Amino acid sequence: MSAPIQIDFGGAARPPIIGIDLGTTNSLAAFMDLTGPRIIPDPDGRRLTPSVVHCSAEGEITVGEAARRLLVEQPERTVYSVKRLMGKGPADVEQELRLFPFRVAQDSPSVIRLDLGGRRFTPPEISAFILGRLRRNAEAFFGQEVRQAVITVPAYFNDAQRQATKDAGRIAGLEVLRLVNEPTAAALAYGLDKRREGIVAVYDLGGGTFDISILRLHEGIFEVLATNGDTHLGGDDIDNLLLAIALEDLASEWKRDLSEDRVAVQLLRRAVVAAKERLSFVPVTTIEFDYQGRRYQRELTRPHFEQLIAGIVERTLGPCRNALRDAQLKVEQIDEVVLVGGSTRIPLVRQAVRNLFRAEPHAELNPEEVVALGAAVQAGILTGSLQDKLLLDVTPLSLGIETMGGVVERLIHRNSTIPASATQVFTTAVDGQRNVLIHVVQGERELARDCRSLARFELKELEPLPAGMARIEVRFLIDANGILSVSARDLRTGREQSVEVKPSYGLTDEQVEAMILESYQYARQDVRERQVREARLEADRILAAVEKARLDEAYLELSEAEREAVEQALNELLMVYHAEDHLLIRAHIEKLNQVTARLAEMMMNRAVRAALEGNKP
Amino acid sequence: MDAPESCWHCGQPAAESLFCTYCNRLQPPAPDYFRFFGLEPRLELDPEDLQRRYYELSRRLHPDRFLSATPAERRYSLEGTAILNDAYRVLRDPVARAEYLLRREGLEEVSPGRRTPAELLREIFELNEALEAFREDPQAGRAELERTRERLSALREQADAELARLFRLWDERRERRLLEEVRSVLERRRYVSKLQAQLEEALSDVGAHPD
Repeated sequence: MSAPIQIDFGGAARPPIIGIDLGTTNSLAAFMDLTGPRIIPDPDGRRLTPSVVHCSAEGEITVGEAARRLLVEQPERTVYSVKRLMGKGPADVEQELRLFPFRVAQDSPSVIRLDLGGRRFTPPEISAFILGRLRRNAEAFFGQEVRQAVITVPAYFNDAQRQATKDAGRIAGLEVLRLVNEPTAAALAYGLDKRREGIVAVYDLGGGTFDISILRLHEGIFEVLATNGDTHLGGDDIDNLLLAIALEDLASEWKRDLSEDRVAVQLLRRAVVAAKERLSFVPVTTIEFDYQGRRYQRELTRPHFEQLIAGIVERTLGPCRNALRDAQLKVEQIDEVVLVGGSTRIPLVRQAVRNLFRAEPHAELNPEEVVALGAAVQAGILTGSLQDKLLLDVTPLSLGIETMGGVVERLIHRNSTIPASATQVFTTAVDGQRNVLIHVVQGERELARDCRSLARFELKELEPLPAGMARIEVRFLIDANGILSVSARDLRTGREQSVEVKPSYGLTDEQVEAMILESYQYARQDVRERQVREARLEADRILAAVEKARLDEAYLELSEAEREAVEQALNELLMVYHAEDHLLIRAHIEKLNQVTARLAEMMMNRAVRAALEGNKP
Repeated sequence: MDAPESCWHCGQPAAESLFCTYCNRLQPPAPDYFRFFGLEPRLELDPEDLQRRYYELSRRLHPDRFLSATPAERRYSLEGTAILNDAYRVLRDPVARAEYLLRREGLEEVSPGRRTPAELLREIFELNEALEAFREDPQAGRAELERTRERLSALREQADAELARLFRLWDERRERRLLEEVRSVLERRRYVSKLQAQLEEALSDVGAHPD
């Protein structure tokens, strides 16, 4: 066959699917190029967007680097590390929130609402602002709309945390095609890069979470054998440790307790983070902090730093051993170890990994970018551009139901490959019972109260029967995102049985819908700007296409009047191009489209003829 | 949810279970694990062959491949892959596979704890003695416990060897009495595993709090 015919007169190409690493500290997006995955920079050329969101008194939202700067001036209006709050209830994070400058609104036991100077946002909404920023960066980069994404989550995220991430995507106007586990995404990026085979361990220590995953790479299949981790362990913990020490120092040196002074705490946090980062490259550094005309300096040596963080690093090793045991592998069977996450730059962390796996860990790909690159690879798999690759991931936690006496009956075991399913037949306990309540939990403990409550599912409007006669088959299905759905069937009638879901944490579908609507309120302020930008993007496309067409032989076949009409429409569009009126721009795009219609047709005919004649030039 | 006689999409007889031979649409998944893998029901399986089939089926069936397919196909892909994964988990483990096959052949579930296998009564008695002695005095009791541990692992190996022999025999002869034998060996093996777990738990309890 001949080469494909491509004539594009302003028609949009297939919209790209972007891969997003929604991180605790930084977020970034990537896409699949013909040559491989590539990071999408923001308009200023920056590759990382700080996961920080600021809400001004006027309700204006700022995201990223600018918000990070506002963190110092207006800490009570600025949110960072919101990932640690995703899928949690207020009671879960009480302890942790003491370290944060922002406040939680006390209005619901199942949903956290952050109070930013009177305006309230749930963690998925805050995350949606970050996702929205990445989405707009990508749209500016591609010059076209982006509506679909693959988003990464820590492998050890539970169902509620995954659902919250998906909700954030929806609120940001993104269809989340897949949630991919971060270490697995990293393995995809590495595996694609080096075409590796064998058993690979991915050690992922990020800002707020730790994951370990063990995979078998075989002929393009990435099969996760086991995963383990701690969703509350990361660089933030190191920062908090150093911060506490510095605050103590200041209390004795300056005779002042700065721990309630939010501005001071943020400045000090910056100072200790900078010192921590320097210590990965130099053996000794100084924590420097200037505040209200006074200066605090403290020398920190690497050995002392390592002594301080030894406990945190040690806490990563237990999950590693558990993952090995679950994968039924010995340390010697691990062929390679890959490092992911900014915290793996710390020499002590590398040393610990080296000692445990008895192998030199790989860090050729930037540990802060590799997850986003992997998400882009998964996007490539989903679009079919990487036909020979397939990711088989697992569920990190066992799924069970609460039975008599609060004991958990496990239905789907941890490290089961997903999608995974299980069925269970339920019946009634008393005559004429119309409802059955099923409490679903996630975790490895024997008692339901020690596991994470996911949801209560209610089978409703059962046919009234004598006790024990009803037979309702309930099917639990964990999809490829690691998210649970439940369906039920009456075995006596074969009919579908309705199931009502009451999530224990996080948002109901209705709440998410409401937030999507609300998000428009924040979007409205830049809707106009966006419409203008989109019109200009479309103008760019048609201008480029016409520019190219003018070099085509077909252009000479047009009558002089036709050519003049094209020239005039072209000039008019260029003239209104910088106007702040999208309708005006679009009107002139339409005009140019009309006057070039015959030209496009002629070019198409020539191309078809050429193809039929065996592609002769 | 049995596979239908004809294709849901084109109505032609769906000769192959996974995809329609006429219109190539994905069909509702068949719930039988062996059939899913294109295998005769067998007790002995080659793990490498099983893995090859699993990867091959995953490539064709995974939801990643059906992102822009019809809603019906997307559902079949999700449900089918869930069954495939469940099936692989069961079939690659000889004990789980045998239990599955027993259920499939209409033999009631292996029921641990309902009755204690008579040949294990002595082991149970001795383990309890050894555990008691060990808890009273870990130093003096350890040697006896170690001996019990070895005996138990020998019993489990013996059960595994018997299973292997019975697996081969049944695959060849398909006699129901062989399956009944398999069931009783499985039951014994489960019991031994339970005793082993008890013993390891006692050892790790003491290991975790030395002296």
